[in-house]
Order: sequence, then C-alpha cells, then structure tokens
Amino acid sequence: MNVTVRFFASLREVVDQDAMGLELVDASIEGVRQQLACVLNAAQWEAICAAGVQVAVNQAIVRGDVALAVGDEVAFLPPVTGG
Amino acid sequence: MFTDVRIQHQDFDISAEWAACRNRCAGRAGAVVAFGGLVRDRVQDDTVRGLYLEHYPGMPEASVEGICVVAADRWRLLDVTVIHRVGELRPGDQIVLVLVASSHRPDAFAACEFLMDYLKTDAVIWKKERRDGGDTWITATASDRQRRAGW
Repeated sequence: MNVTVRFFASLREVVDQDAMGLELVDASIEGVRQQLACVLNAAQWEAICAAGVQVAVNQAIVRGDVALAVGDEVAFLPPVTGG
Repeated sequence: MFTDVRIQHQDFDISAEWAACRNRCAGRAGAVVAFGGLVRDRVQDDTVRGLYLEHYPGMPEASVEGICVVAADRWRLLDVTVIHRVGELRPGDQIVLVLVASSHRPDAFAACEFLMDYLKTDAVIWKKERRDGGDTWITATASDRQRRAGW
C-alpha cells in the first residue's frame, strides 16, 4: 500500500527531501517507521525519532500507532513556533 | 462571530484590516485590540539578518480557526482576524497580526493575548533565524509554553 511521507523545516533539511512515497507492508505509522529505518541514514533516523517530533496523518496530529489507508499523507513535524 | 485566518507571503496593512473590522461590526463593537509582531535584528549577542518562516499549507489555517472557536466560547467576541506571514522576512518586517473586536475591552484584550500565545506554541509554523553566527531553527521557549499553559 502506498502512502506519501512529508518532512518539514529542520527535518526536511536533514532528510534532504520534502516528500517521499513509501510502499508499506504494515499499513500503520509503525509500518512507516519501519520503512524509514531502512531507507534513512543514522543521522536522519535519529532526527525523525528526536523528542518533540510530532506525526500528522492527513494534517491531524496523531499519537502512538494508528492504521493508515491508501493515499494517506503522513507528515513528520519538528517542534513548531509561530508569532 | 466573523473569523478571518490567513497564512500568506505578502505583507499586510494594519490600518486596512482595522478599518474592515470596524466596518463589519460598526455600532456593535466597543473595543478593537490589535497585536502586531515584527522581526527583530538581534538575538542575545547575535545579529539577525532575517527570518525564514515555513508552514504546512492547510494545517495552521485549520488549527488557528479551531482556536478562534475556543476563544469565542470563552470570551464575547465579534470579529477576529489572524494574519501570519511565511517566507523570507527582514528585520523590521511584519510577521503576524491578531485583531480582535468585542463589545467591551476585557474580552478583546484577553482573547488577543490568548490567540497570540497559542500561535507561539501550537501553530504548525517553523521559524529559522538567519544569524551572523549561523542559521538556527528556533522553537517555542519555556516562557512561551508557560504562558500557553496559563490559559
């Protein structure tokens, strides 16, 4: 199953791309993490796992492991600040 | 309540937004409070040459509109405008406008501060300071989080 994974701000810079398509075996956030652990280098993987990084599915923040559907957009969000 | 949330690259005109707000709630509003955030040119001992703001298109718009609903439940508000700029900004540039109208000033003052504190800690926007000492992604401070928690 295909999903799109997006990276923003400092994570986009570390991963060196703003989006990638992943073919998942396990259709869940955990499945995304397993795939990312295979395709990212150690520094990139460490950045994804850093404290304060949030995950959004279709622009809604999720916590823990959730199931994904075909075409879902998963985003990794480093700590934010506006204003 | 009227709500207008915009995340945009282009600059904004506070006086035009103020006038539009006055027109929308003419006769009903007794108070309009505006907060304007600007880019500073120094942080601690370092010179800031500019600020780069990035967002996840669609996400901050929805979350700020949601927090405007929370504010409207809490205070008697007539009209809320939130404009947040993204892209490359220079020292002195405008970053953000929060404009709140209500019948009486305590509601407008409180809601304006509440919305601004929310923007600091929760809006899905990232800021990178372009400093002489090197570019740095910045995050909400402990003080920002403490203010947000205080609501």
